[in-house]
Amino acid sequence: MSQDSIHGHPEVVTTHEVHHDEHHGHHKETFITKYVFSQDHKMIAKQFLITGMVWAVLGGLMSVLFRLQLGYPNETFPWLEDILGRWAKGGRISVENYYSLVTMHGTVLVFFVLTGGLSGTFANFLIPLQIGARDMASPFLNMLSYWFFFGGSIVILASFFVQTGPFSGGWTFYPPLSALGDASPGSKIGADLWIIGMALFVVSSLLGGLNYISTILNMRTKGMSMSRVPLTVWALLFTAVLGVLSFPVLLSGLILLLFDRHAGTSFYLSDIFIAGKALPNEGGSAILFQHLFWFLGHPEVYIIILPAMGLVSEIMAVNCRKPIFGYMAMVGSMFAIAILAFLVWAHHMFVTGLNPFLGSVFVLLTLLIAVPSAIKVFNWLTTMWRGNIRFTPAMMFAVGFVSLFISGGLTGIFLGNSTLDIQLHDTYFVIAHFHIVMGVSAFFGMFAGVYHWFPKMYGRYMNNTLAYIHFWVTLVGAYLIFWPMHYEGLAAMPRRYMDYSAWSSFNQFEGLNQFISTVAIIVFAVQLLFLFNFFYSIFKGRRVTSQNPYGATTLEWTTPIRPGHGNWPGEIPEVHRWAYDYGKDDRSFIPQTEPIGAHESKH
Amino acid sequence: MTEMVSTQRKKIHPHKFAMWLGIGSIIMMFAGLTSAYIVKQSQAEWTTVVIPKIFYYSTAVMLLSSLTMQMALKSFKERNMNQYRLLVSLTALLGFGFIAMQIIGFLQLTSDGFRLEGSGAAAFLYVIFGLHALHVLGGAVALMVMLVRAFSIRIRNYNPVPVEVASTYWHFVDLLWVYLFIFFLWRV
Ligand code: HEM
Ligand SMILES: [Cu+2]
Repeated sequence: MSQDSIHGHPEVVTTHEVHHDEHHGHHKETFITKYVFSQDHKMIAKQFLITGMVWAVLGGLMSVLFRLQLGYPNETFPWLEDILGRWAKGGRISVENYYSLVTMHGTVLVFFVLTGGLSGTFANFLIPLQIGARDMASPFLNMLSYWFFFGGSIVILASFFVQTGPFSGGWTFYPPLSALGDASPGSKIGADLWIIGMALFVVSSLLGGLNYISTILNMRTKGMSMSRVPLTVWALLFTAVLGVLSFPVLLSGLILLLFDRHAGTSFYLSDIFIAGKALPNEGGSAILFQHLFWFLGHPEVYIIILPAMGLVSEIMAVNCRKPIFGYMAMVGSMFAIAILAFLVWAHHMFVTGLNPFLGSVFVLLTLLIAVPSAIKVFNWLTTMWRGNIRFTPAMMFAVGFVSLFISGGLTGIFLGNSTLDIQLHDTYFVIAHFHIVMGVSAFFGMFAGVYHWFPKMYGRYMNNTLAYIHFWVTLVGAYLIFWPMHYEGLAAMPRRYMDYSAWSSFNQFEGLNQFISTVAIIVFAVQLLFLFNFFYSIFKGRRVTSQNPYGATTLEWTTPIRPGHGNWPGEIPEVHRWAYDYGKDDRSFIPQTEPIGAHESKH
Repeated sequence: MTEMVSTQRKKIHPHKFAMWLGIGSIIMMFAGLTSAYIVKQSQAEWTTVVIPKIFYYSTAVMLLSSLTMQMALKSFKERNMNQYRLLVSLTALLGFGFIAMQIIGFLQLTSDGFRLEGSGAAAFLYVIFGLHALHVLGGAVALMVMLVRAFSIRIRNYNPVPVEVASTYWHFVDLLWVYLFIFFLWRV
């Protein structure tokens, strides 16, 4: 009985909440309902996390392979053929496979790791725990969200095993390469599988997003007003809103593309010659796809970074033993970012022949985003300022996040100027910009989150020594990899080429490219250390013995060390204050559940 | 115990809320498509289309179905189950009728020589109206499921939430159709 009501009909749960708790733990859970088709938000979070990890390893391996080519373009690695077979005939990555690798590296990391893996994990894990809810508004849709994600993953993975290989025209999926099967081997079935996989992914994010939003807005416990929720929850809310409003637009773009591919329309196609033969398509516009893509694409980069920002804010406050500086400013700047995210997409299209006047409007709006971003950075720095900082691994990664976000944000200001972008567009400068500000930063936010909440997820700690090694090598490595790329980009070295030896001007970068590739391989290896630490600690890590090991104020630390489905064995606690009462009235922290004392000072 | 129940803050049922959010994302999808239309229209080699009369009739059917849906909701709330079943069946039937009329409209367009191939208004019309019809189909199937439930004696359920959610969706696809139809009449 309680099984059914908790799972199938949330309307029943919410009215008979307490009544059902007493039956908790009595209903039988089989292996399948507990670990596979689970409807417990905590288990779904772990499913997203581990699937994301598998994708991160695969996506990372892809980059190692193409970095091998970029660093050592004239060498062959016969052992590669032994491992990869037709992917590396004669010990070299073939041209088609090179392009498939860069394309799928981007697709996998942007969507399946840093969107699905990051939001999926922490939205699922933290929202109910931090707002005081037993589960999501609809645990069933939540489960479906994971399984659509899984299905999309399988389809994308399958595209590696078809004869003509996965899609190879870049993660942005621009036509005509994506619209014409004859354009390249990857444009055949690989492109169809990409569309199907992404469509499943979009459905997954929509189901997830709907759930996150309605859970946050409707299921908060007593006293938990929106001005009291931790910043993680605010960040995840804005993330979900961005996703719900922008992914459907990508879907429309892909639907039109499907018609171009299979039904003879020419939405995106015009005046195209393949192998000297003119195609009948006329009147279409490839730029139209770019508009539709980047209307999603730009919000997407904030979908990736906002959860990381939320995690970092929370971890900073806990480990500085100070209230977060400027809570309302943090919320306000995230709101501003969410609005502006929809108004800047054309900065990816400055050199497509965009009307220069329109371009200047987008320059202005783009540079405006720097303002809320800077406010957030300022608030993180002031939170640390004169704090009583505990340099836990999570805190180290949080500080690393801020460093990377500053570095990458500054180069964004270069790119946001349409005149500078004429030189910089499609060069390694852009690669450096977005890897630092989005790729590595978001990974740092995710690592910070995993190290911080691992004890809540598994009731054990991860190993700190391994974690510090992981942190330092990754931080130094990331800068060593991406910093030099700025110079290459300023020298106009274009992205998306396999071999630069035809340009004598880029020969000067030969040594630099070798260096970058070597560091990339080392950094990849260190991520395996993290994985080892993670999985080893699940089974063998030091046990958590106290309910609130960090002395944190938020509700997840009022649950049992290993919370069951439903999170709190008794009633859901009531909340009396905001989430950031650290270092107040000579007390290290005051939990959100503690009523305001008679003589308490105001914050 | 009873206190907990009353303290749960709930202004709007989460399922209804999720439906509104879902509607928001469907709106974004069609906003994307219609703005693509506007962008494309201003470019060279745009071809236009003549909209067949049948789409006026299907509009009437769609509007009528909204009315029956509203009446169905009302009779459900009055626990007038016989009338409720009748009206839901009628709504679903009108929905399928609408889809059939859209298909007839498509066939007429094709026989008038407006083909999917190309890049003008006709191609957009097929895709946009087709996607809308798919959304109606989804709604009609959901109504059928509700109908089966309403007929089964085992489930005695007077919870109005699913019916309300369904009717919200139904009115939405109706309004969406009116928007799309006017959009085409105006832009062609
Ligand atoms: C100060 C704020 C920022 C500004 C002004 C800015 C500006 C830009 C501009 C103008 C481009 C286009 C460059 C080109 O293709 O020529 C660009 C690319 C990009 N930016 Fe940013 N950016 C900022 C922050 C961010 C953040 C926070 C993220 C992600 C979290 C991000 C992710 C990206 C990505 C992924 C691309 C490249 C996509 C591609 O072409 O493959 N940017 N940025
Ligand atoms: Cu952008």
